[in-house]
Amino acid sequence: MRVVIPSPLFSYTSGQKEVEAIGSSLAQLLASLDARYPGMRHRMIDEQDRIRPHIRLFVNGEGVSNLQRRLAPTDEVVIVAALSGG
Amino acid sequence: MMQSSSRSGRNDAVTLLIGTRKGAFLYRGDATRRGWQVDGPHFLGSIVNHLVVDPRDGRTLLLAAKTGHLGPTVFRSLDGGRTWAEARQPPAFRKAETGETGRAVDAVFSLSPAHASQPDVWYAGTAPVGLFRSCDGGVTWEPVTGFNDVLYPRIQDKVNPGPDGALLHSILVDPRDARHLYIALSVGGVFESADAGASWTPLNRGVEANFLPDKDAEYGHDPHLLALHPLKPDRLYQQNHCGIYRLDRPGVEWRRIGRAMPTEVGDIGFPIVLHPRDAECAWVFPMDGTEVWPRVSPGGRPAAYRTRDGGASWQRLDRGMPSEHAWWTVKRQAFCADSGDPVGLYFGTTSGEIWGSTDEGETWSRLAAHLPHIYSVSAAASV
Repeated sequence: MRVVIPSPLFSYTSGQKEVEAIGSSLAQLLASLDARYPGMRHRMIDEQDRIRPHIRLFVNGEGVSNLQRRLAPTDEVVIVAALSGG
Repeated sequence: MMQSSSRSGRNDAVTLLIGTRKGAFLYRGDATRRGWQVDGPHFLGSIVNHLVVDPRDGRTLLLAAKTGHLGPTVFRSLDGGRTWAEARQPPAFRKAETGETGRAVDAVFSLSPAHASQPDVWYAGTAPVGLFRSCDGGVTWEPVTGFNDVLYPRIQDKVNPGPDGALLHSILVDPRDARHLYIALSVGGVFESADAGASWTPLNRGVEANFLPDKDAEYGHDPHLLALHPLKPDRLYQQNHCGIYRLDRPGVEWRRIGRAMPTEVGDIGFPIVLHPRDAECAWVFPMDGTEVWPRVSPGGRPAAYRTRDGGASWQRLDRGMPSEHAWWTVKRQAFCADSGDPVGLYFGTTSGEIWGSTDEGETWSRLAAHLPHIYSVSAAASV
């Protein structure tokens, strides 16, 4: 499925803004991304499997906080890095 | 702290390793320590809490970073900062059991090489307070269970966050014994281990903690930085929220040597730096700790203070620094010494300036300006 990558993670994807990845759940998708781009998951998800405070995950435009959310191959996942201030 | 080698009367070139709120910089100096070439920024936009060289090979660099958006990690360079590789397994707490509230590392704050006999071993201190060890040069990190899962649950009622969160900021290894460790937590206190971190004993007797209801508390104190003299490892110093202290082991009672500081300046500050060859000599950088704790130079007039007699007396060292309206201070990891003769001193300010002295603090000059808020300055032999 199509995954949109935010600019703070471009160093992992060699600047690619969109990548293809597989997974039947958000957790599996993140594991698949991490296998391909080592270290990427830890920057988004902490060691207690909580989404870090300034990361948001959207599936087909819907904000998702449950990593067990099921995914279909036609879904689109958008990773957003959201932060305000200097 | 400095790791370059030097012989009396001759100084080696020095590289300053600078961690800032917006990235890292290397300032490569010549042997005069007056000409500097900047290399950077590295990791522009990343919060770099600490950048240090491995004193055991004089070459490997470790850097603690996160960004505003992304979680904390560690990077390593084997070629003087030209290329960097991220830790395969950064410091992280163990996964919580069902029903247990798990902790997550928010920032890797401090990186400390282990004993000289353990060339690939490093320690990391984090916010929230956690202690981690790497046995492969910083590639993978494991929790030190004796602290994270044994001591911390016992003391967490008195581990309180400061403005930057609760930090484990000082990790010191006795050069005579790789298993003998000291750590310091802000806020939490000083602890000692004789078994490589498996068990810990509080070491805070004699230290004031005027913010605690129990004046005789065993822990819960607020050391801002802990230092151990490498040639006299039984001599410890600490700059604390409540003054400057000294301890001579095997004694266990700290003595407030900051009482000898001028009353109008006080003995509050973040850093304390030791002379590499003289255990009686140390430098501090006082800040305003009155009322709401402005944490700027007292009166807007910055100065280092030096003792040459183990804290019995202190001399103000401000020649070359602004004489007024300089409302900055120096963070706990942002003041260091080299091992030159005379010793070179370097500090970075919260306003993004680097200052240096080639005469043990007698005179100062500004080496760089307009950098981001500086979190750490360490000096190394030319990297």
